[in-house]
Amino acid sequence: MENNWPIWEIFIRSKNGLNHKHVGSLHATDAEMAMQNARDVYTRRNEGISIWVVESKHISASDPDEGESLFDPANDKVYRHPTFYNLPDELKHM
Amino acid sequence: MEKNLNDIFQAKIDREEKIEPKDWMPDAYRKTLIRQISQHAHSEIVGMLPEGNWITRAPTLRRKVALMAKVQDEAGHGLYLYSACETLGIDRDTLFEQLHSGKAKYSSIFNYPTLSWADIGSIGWLVDGAAIMNQVPLCRCSYGPYARAMVRVCKEESFHQRQGFEILLNLSKGSDEQKAMLQESVNRWWWPAMMMFGPSDADSPNTQQSMQWKIKRFTNDELRQKFVDICYEQAKILNVTLPDPDIKWNEERGHYDFGEINWDEFWQVVKGNGPCNKERIAARKTAWEEGAWVREAAVAHANKRAARKTKKVA
Ligand SMILES: [Fe+2]
Ligand SMILES: [Fe+2]
Repeated sequence: MENNWPIWEIFIRSKNGLNHKHVGSLHATDAEMAMQNARDVYTRRNEGISIWVVESKHISASDPDEGESLFDPANDKVYRHPTFYNLPDELKHM
Repeated sequence: MEKNLNDIFQAKIDREEKIEPKDWMPDAYRKTLIRQISQHAHSEIVGMLPEGNWITRAPTLRRKVALMAKVQDEAGHGLYLYSACETLGIDRDTLFEQLHSGKAKYSSIFNYPTLSWADIGSIGWLVDGAAIMNQVPLCRCSYGPYARAMVRVCKEESFHQRQGFEILLNLSKGSDEQKAMLQESVNRWWWPAMMMFGPSDADSPNTQQSMQWKIKRFTNDELRQKFVDICYEQAKILNVTLPDPDIKWNEERGHYDFGEINWDEFWQVVKGNGPCNKERIAARKTAWEEGAWVREAAVAHANKRAARKTKKVA
């Protein structure tokens, strides 16, 4: 490891029942330090009850330039949405 | 091709879509952001120094814990902003190196000394007040990581300004000496705070491009005017006079008129000749150099632990 400490991405669950959400990043030598730093940097005001730390290099991200080919297939599948189906108004609770 | 990418980029910004780190962006946009975000991060970090000066001498425990929390927040702001800046492809050590060598600037306000306890109040009221005025529109900045960092910063700033105002409010109800200390402090901080909005629009050639890219939402002069209008009313509550004989209500404009800023002083401080420029950078460099062994030890410790783990697995 050179002197530039690796970057870690920080995810925080703000309260029970919610997903962990990406909040930012920081530098640390290992997971334990990343956790301590995340506590000090991102939860000074009870912003969370659980923290995940992931070293940035372990995240594979989709390429924004390929966004079209990646997400296009979902575009023309309107039948995946409830509004696609024609049902009478008097039908309740559906 | 380049032209085409530029058009697509600008159209995206015009639609109020955010730009994210991996998206294509013009080099000049990237450079402008690196300069602005790093300058902003450096300001948060150097900004801890004038206030840190009073932590040991805070008059009560209540004031001391508040000031420590505020200074710790400023460190946090610096860290959010350095992280946002690094998403543009520059690393942390390079950013520090630019600060320490004087290549990168930070807000000139932090080159003024904190001479009395009232200065801690004035910084909260005027300096954090001006910072908030600058920062709130940045929450809508076109660059996603910067905008998100600013949302976090702005949430925390409100307490900074309120704790400062409360310090001054207490002084304003105190003895004659305390009232004099308050007025003297406001006299010293008013103009430097006014300078925090940067050169006037006529001397700010990059403003137009930054507005087109939606990095900036208001011009320097627009924000400065807002600041004067708000502070003039707040000063009445503190029973202090703003040290500008030309401030008066302009019915026609619906704003307060104010006097000319001493731009010569502004540029002198920017160029490194303010009262504390050398002291601030020296303090930063000392902290960085004297902390080197801690950074090295942490790396050695992490490497050792990693090696032990691999051995166990093997
Ligand atoms: Fe701040
Ligand atoms: Fe602040």
